[in-house]
Amino acid sequence: MSNLSQFLKKLTTGKIAIFLTLAHVLSATLWVYYAPLSRVAFFYFITAFFTLYAMSTSKLFKFSVAMVIALVVVPIIGIRNIFYLEIIFQMSVFSALALGLNIVVGFAGLLDLGYVAFYAVGAYLWAFFGSQQYYVMPYPAGTAPAGLPFLLPGNAFFLFLFLGIIAAAITGIILGLPVLRLRGDYLAIVTLGFGEVIRVLANNMDKPVNITNGPQGITPIQRPTIPQFAIDSFNAIFGGITGKQATLAEIYNVFFYLLALLVIIIIILVANRLNDSKIGRAWAAIRDDETAAIAMGIPLVKMKLTAFAIGASFAGVMGVLLASFRTFISPETFNFMQSIGVLTMVILGGAGSIQGVILGAVVVVLLNLQVLQGLSLYLSQLRQSDAVIPIINFAWKDLSNQLDPSKYQKLLFGFLLIVMMIFRPGGLIPMERKKRELLLEESEETKSGASQ
Amino acid sequence: MKLLRSFNFKELLRPIGQMIMFSLGTSVVLSLIIIVSALLLENTAVGVETFENYKMSLFNFALFNLPQVILDGLTIGFVYAAIALGYTMVYGVLEFINFAHSEIFATGAFVGVELLIYLKETGKLTDISTATAYLILAGAILAGMIGAGFMAWLVERVAYRPLRGSKSRLVPLISAIGVSFLLQDTIRLTESLTTGEFHRIFPSFGNFSDRINFGQINLGTTQIMLGISIKSIIVIIAAVAMLVALNYLVNATRVGKAIRAVAQDRTTAALMGINVNAIISLTFIVGGVLGGAAGVLFALKFTRIDPFVGFFPGMKAFTAAVMGGIGNLTGALLGGIVLGMLETFAGSYMGVFTMGAAGSEYKDIFAFGILILVLIFRPQGLMGENVTQKA
Repeated sequence: MSNLSQFLKKLTTGKIAIFLTLAHVLSATLWVYYAPLSRVAFFYFITAFFTLYAMSTSKLFKFSVAMVIALVVVPIIGIRNIFYLEIIFQMSVFSALALGLNIVVGFAGLLDLGYVAFYAVGAYLWAFFGSQQYYVMPYPAGTAPAGLPFLLPGNAFFLFLFLGIIAAAITGIILGLPVLRLRGDYLAIVTLGFGEVIRVLANNMDKPVNITNGPQGITPIQRPTIPQFAIDSFNAIFGGITGKQATLAEIYNVFFYLLALLVIIIIILVANRLNDSKIGRAWAAIRDDETAAIAMGIPLVKMKLTAFAIGASFAGVMGVLLASFRTFISPETFNFMQSIGVLTMVILGGAGSIQGVILGAVVVVLLNLQVLQGLSLYLSQLRQSDAVIPIINFAWKDLSNQLDPSKYQKLLFGFLLIVMMIFRPGGLIPMERKKRELLLEESEETKSGASQ
Repeated sequence: MKLLRSFNFKELLRPIGQMIMFSLGTSVVLSLIIIVSALLLENTAVGVETFENYKMSLFNFALFNLPQVILDGLTIGFVYAAIALGYTMVYGVLEFINFAHSEIFATGAFVGVELLIYLKETGKLTDISTATAYLILAGAILAGMIGAGFMAWLVERVAYRPLRGSKSRLVPLISAIGVSFLLQDTIRLTESLTTGEFHRIFPSFGNFSDRINFGQINLGTTQIMLGISIKSIIVIIAAVAMLVALNYLVNATRVGKAIRAVAQDRTTAALMGINVNAIISLTFIVGGVLGGAAGVLFALKFTRIDPFVGFFPGMKAFTAAVMGGIGNLTGALLGGIVLGMLETFAGSYMGVFTMGAAGSEYKDIFAFGILILVLIFRPQGLMGENVTQKA
């Protein structure tokens, strides 16, 4: 046992660690580069981040390697196979959402089951102002004439990134004011209700005045303009390596990915600073024992509102980003399952731990987009083949068409939530404070065990 | 004779009296509100538009629909009450919101409906007498109860019991959300693998879809039809019977005493020789049985079910439980009836009163609005005592 841990320690420190990390990153990059369609290669590539995280090397080294991967390697392999860029974009969107929810659930201990509502507020904000919707208002859904002008130019998007923050934060405060005095479990149900209210409103606010265009959703939503020279210079630098000229659509993918990355970095900075500040300690106190926190003079409702508003604002900015990236949004994007999906990421990774939450988001998106969809693809191939399961004599052709694993995300989320709660409530990477608590509990248990 | 004397008739009659009182009170209050607002809005644009659309004055329109709305509201109200009792019992004993109760309800609905579909396909439902049809329906309800009760027991055993005694109240709640999602997709998976589709239709047999007409009231030029479908009568009678039985179980038997003791203080109850784990299991089973029966009744009333059928009734029943005062059986009953009525009234009249701007499409979120209002202004519920949080 001690031999093994010594061996592991040797592997994860010093020059060997640097060498292993670089070897993993390089081999993964080359593999993905030469086999752009292989799922295994992509999976191996993603694990490079974990190697980078797990090795105890200097911060500067970690940071520079991560930057090179994020800014150089990902765009190149993304252009070579646009599906990877989509996955990485989703990973960054959900990481940002999970980090935002983490502030509410992980730091302040408030279970928010309607988090996606704030995401919807941001998305609909830009969808309304960044499309023709303002001029569509007098017409019932689906009857608007073609050729209506846009209200604002596409570049107003950057302004709306900030307005999205403000709008979502205000929504968070409006919702939070009446309900934050409630106990934890009631709060969960009320936020769930609020999430549903926002979705139903989005679904039905096409009359008497057509604001949201109802279930059909709003499209087209504008994107900011990317100047021609940016595309040219991107192609000049990367064209040789990617082996093809990137089109405008692909450049947009890269652009939104980088923007999401920027938001994540800002969120991580903000979350880290908050967690170490007076506010963060107040949140931790509220999370661990509300009554004791009040006794210590912590303004309970104010602190909870702060957590709610900050968490909401991150969802708001991601909403604006998503509306612009997809150029289309509809109420179904913001259903209850999305809220639970984000919650699953937080719980899986470890509520309160920033690395953990990002890990959770990456794993859930991978499971969702790679594993479940891969299984679906595999099953449909089996269905078309003449293969038969030998012993029970079952022909794959007879398998029901309804069995499509990519539609069973709820099963995945539910399973993950139960398993994590029973076996590892702290998450894959528990937060530092929790780790210390767990250690303390263990030592207490051994003590009491010894005394008996 | 001794058996008869040991029977506590007071506990049998009391809930029936309460139900009649609650139903009458709610319908009278809501009807008055509707009639007064109809009279007030009669001469405004709302009245004019109603006249154009329906060729009758707003007041007559309101009266015309009233009997039907009250009966519909009562029917759905009793279904909510039956589900709400499941939430309230578990909350009373464990102080825990059983988020998966809505899927227990769906399980019951699917077990009952699948049994009926099987009977239909094997030809056992054609050319049967009315009495047999009622027996078969009772059998389906029973099957739904057993299936849902078993599921509730299983869920408690697997997903909740290991988490009892965890420090944070959120841990079992998150597990319950997980169970809810898992069960939804498990039902969907089983259904689509075995039948190829995941929504099921309640097979039509017997005379359940017929209507009984009591006659009509002439009111000026319009006639008010008084009638009720047999389905609704069955739903109401079955729900009332279950509620009475549950009330008797909890308030007049030894087991009920044990349940109340565990709800009051688990540790002391254990010291008094009560098997706490068994009582908690029993609470889940009783709640599940009620939910399962409500599921089959729901399927009978609304015909079509899918794996996600439990979500909205579950949320509304939870609202009902909170509104009545969670942990309080009579409160759940009152909450269910009031909520069912409120929702049906809102769904039927809001569209007309707001000139189509906000109609029945907002029905499903109406309950959430009520929930938020109740929690802000009267968190202990209509009938609940002011309970403090157990540490």
